[in-house]
Amino acid sequence: MAVLDIKLLRDLRRLWAQALAISLVIAGGVATLVLAVGSHRSLDQTRAAYYDRYAFADVFAVVRRAPKTLVNQIAEIPGVAAVDARIAKLALLDIPNFREPASGQFISLPDVGEPALDRLYLRVGRMPEPGASAEVAVNENFANAHGFVPGSRFSALLNGRKRELVIVGIALSPEFIYTTGPGDIMPDDRRFGVIWMSEKTLASVYDLDGAFSSVNLKLLRDASERDVIQRLDVLLDRYGGRAAHGRKDQTSHAWLDHELDMLNNMSRTLPPIFMLVAAFLINLTLSRLVALEREQIGLLKALGYGNATIALHYVKFVIVLTATGVVIGSAAGTWLGSYITRLFGDFFHFPFLIFIKSPDLYAAAAALSLAAAVIGAIRARRDVVALPPAVAMQPPAPPRFHRLLPGWLSMHGIVSQPTMMMLRNIMHHPVRAGFTTLGMALATGILIVSLFTRDTMEELINVTFFMADRQDATVSFIERRSQDVTMQMARLPGVLAVEPYREIPVRIRYGSVERRLMITGRPRDADLNRTIDVDLRPVVLPQTGLAISAMLGQILGVKAGDFVEVDLLEGQRRIVTLPIAVEIEDYFGLRAMMDAEALSRLMREGPAVNGVNLSVDTSRLDDLYEAIKGMPTVSGMALQRVSLVNFRDNVALLINTMASIYTSLAAIIAFGMVYNSARISLSERARELASLRVFGFSEGEVLRILLLELALLCLVAQPLGWIIGYNLAWIMKTNLAGELMRVRLVVEPFTYVLASAVVLAAAVLSALVVRERVNRLDLVAVLKTRD
Amino acid sequence: MPETIFTARALTKTYTSGEMQVHALRGLNLDVSAGEVVVLLGPSGSGKSTLLNIMGGLDHATSGRLLFKDTELTALDDRELTAYRRRHVGFVFQFYNLIPSLTAWENVALVTEIAEQPMKPDEALALVGLEARMDHFPAQLSGGEQQRVAIARAIAKRPEVLLCDEPTGALDSRTGIRVIEALLGVNAQLGTTTMIITHNASIQDVADRVLFFADGQISKVRKNEKRRASAELTW
Repeated sequence: MAVLDIKLLRDLRRLWAQALAISLVIAGGVATLVLAVGSHRSLDQTRAAYYDRYAFADVFAVVRRAPKTLVNQIAEIPGVAAVDARIAKLALLDIPNFREPASGQFISLPDVGEPALDRLYLRVGRMPEPGASAEVAVNENFANAHGFVPGSRFSALLNGRKRELVIVGIALSPEFIYTTGPGDIMPDDRRFGVIWMSEKTLASVYDLDGAFSSVNLKLLRDASERDVIQRLDVLLDRYGGRAAHGRKDQTSHAWLDHELDMLNNMSRTLPPIFMLVAAFLINLTLSRLVALEREQIGLLKALGYGNATIALHYVKFVIVLTATGVVIGSAAGTWLGSYITRLFGDFFHFPFLIFIKSPDLYAAAAALSLAAAVIGAIRARRDVVALPPAVAMQPPAPPRFHRLLPGWLSMHGIVSQPTMMMLRNIMHHPVRAGFTTLGMALATGILIVSLFTRDTMEELINVTFFMADRQDATVSFIERRSQDVTMQMARLPGVLAVEPYREIPVRIRYGSVERRLMITGRPRDADLNRTIDVDLRPVVLPQTGLAISAMLGQILGVKAGDFVEVDLLEGQRRIVTLPIAVEIEDYFGLRAMMDAEALSRLMREGPAVNGVNLSVDTSRLDDLYEAIKGMPTVSGMALQRVSLVNFRDNVALLINTMASIYTSLAAIIAFGMVYNSARISLSERARELASLRVFGFSEGEVLRILLLELALLCLVAQPLGWIIGYNLAWIMKTNLAGELMRVRLVVEPFTYVLASAVVLAAAVLSALVVRERVNRLDLVAVLKTRD
Repeated sequence: MPETIFTARALTKTYTSGEMQVHALRGLNLDVSAGEVVVLLGPSGSGKSTLLNIMGGLDHATSGRLLFKDTELTALDDRELTAYRRRHVGFVFQFYNLIPSLTAWENVALVTEIAEQPMKPDEALALVGLEARMDHFPAQLSGGEQQRVAIARAIAKRPEVLLCDEPTGALDSRTGIRVIEALLGVNAQLGTTTMIITHNASIQDVADRVLFFADGQISKVRKNEKRRASAELTW
């Protein structure tokens, strides 16, 4: 082994703590990259494989009743690869020992063979026998929520008649990965289940022999979804077809897509920031470390070593640190990535998981870290190599300091000499001080980005559940009902107030941009379910025109006063033009609202209702539940209180997990940053500090002098870090905003405080570590040696 | 009869360097009187610096006793030694050890801020003839001037003892003489007990007493009946 390499190993051993701190920062950056991108790739691949193996459909449509003979015509639509016609019906469930009314999405299973599309993955048990009128298979989430096993029983209100059902199998379907009940925005596995039943049984219950009520299509690879949907709509129109839609508007797919998008966006937003901070830190630290070696470099040159050899020696040092960081980071990132993948896999109930190995990621992370490290080392080496050996071996002349203020303005008596030393040091190395401050500010910033999601979610909850949708419960009906139902509902036990709503499926268009959504008609004086504008003020719905989600306005590129084209997809199916009256603040889905009377006029129908929002006396909830369970016209009952709990649970999974991981990584980076700055300052100033000890300064006083500068920079870095954090949070919020869900950026003061507290704690911790070093300063050596 | 300021009895110091035992001091006995100027001469490794370090509270003896007046230095812990240095001892180093970010005045003030009854920095600088240069940073001062700032810094707290380890080692003869002049001036005005390690034999004539070191012991002591003035020095 070359002697220089032996020196390298010994240097590494001598500087192990610092080397490890630098390696950990690199590891933090690499880990975020590997974990975020890796888990997203794995989940994305898993979903793709799941969809593929279990034939998830591309186009979905529901009809009132269409003859099976239509299936051949549908299959002949150009671009259609497979057709699956079936019976799909919503019904109320009555589950033993469960007070609240639940809803079931009943889907028929062909009596011969497997479904053509959206095939089931059977977890436990078997499929229902053809014609076995009580046998059902249920989705796993629902079964788990109630502890159902094959043999468990519950009853359902099918077409007005209560039927006892027995579970024979528990299954998964690519169509129902993410399941939400009628009126719900978040899954509630206790209150909503997917129930598969023999087609023969369902057909006889709903009087649909030789007919279907739902059809799913698989398209050929190069087919135009838009064309197929148009032709399908034409075919289904006279059978009471509601407009067909693609995967984008399929609830399960859209939510899954949204969650994966969030992961993907996180992987695009956070790792680059982490890598940047890591790179920046390596650069700063290494250039100072190499500069400390000035004398040795002079000696090596005096002994006849060439610049290239010396440079290589230091580059090797950097490579070892970086490689260690990349290895630790890749291992940690892979482990965390598979943890996240498993977590989400369990959450979505994927039947299997595909873990993608991403060598390109490791390579990218390694290349990035190495480039940053080598550039840092080279920058420092450039100055040193330029020195003639004789000069390099001399101690550097005392650096030239300058007064901070003109001579006549003296600070003597105002600040102590240690404070003066600190201030002059900062002024003497403004770039270094600036970089150190920026580094710590970035650490605070990434902590804010890791933590702000909580605040934003609380704001979302506040606006959604306490300002806008203030009802206690929402009851939705299977079919539209007349206005009289409002009175009927008001008479139910415990009901304090009732507000009806009407929903019309539409396509809304401006220029070439089009979205499929529901227009909700609400009473003008609605008080339970209020409309909140973008300034968070309740607004009264205008007599004419639409109130639309601000997000929809953004997507369509319209503002209040513009006119949009609307295809009414129910009733007479007209195309109308409506003005945008106001933009509203909402966070889930794309919505449009209208005054209920205006909507009936538009539909050319009498006042009709699809559901009601209720205010309820909570002491009489059980009575209300019992009453609802017996109403065959009801498809489901959503409870705001339960929705809120579910929302918190669901969101908590993503947010808390990700926030904890990223917070830890950010804390490591903050620690590495402060520790390295302190350690290098100590090396650079060892002689100065030891002299002070000789003069009778205590260990504490010397430590204070050493850390005063860092403490000041650390404090100055905090407001800067808050600004950086807020802006990064804004970028992240903007990246995460989707049609299904978005947030209003809110960063609470506590989050700033917490982020700064973590950085300051990391700083204090590193100060404690450095204190050991200060206590070990060699006082005697100072008397004899020169720098 | 002047008060005895240091009393060393059977003082030994043994270093373990790798597997080697180095006996830096071997049972040294010494008394130093208040106000005395003592020059320590001897080859490298003869124990001069070790003695000075132990007297200055920078190092611990292996055995034996060392008294500063009535205080047994050899019995003090690190915290007490720090306090002892702070209160009683001034150091002058071969390489000045000034803080580059502080002016001459501020370098002196650095010590007066933590001392109990210090003189004013201006006063200390005047004692070494640097009143005109006190607003200069170390980088703007010559080697001799830097060393005189170091002396001013050492004496500003009115120490009873001034310990100088090769104070002229890095200087040419003309500047070296000015530095010795400054040290003797302080001794004359303040009565500070001054111990000077040097390799420069011509400095011995300015001392009250010269201790010759060899192999961890004092091999010879010479008393100068009449001290030479620094102006008469040459080397």
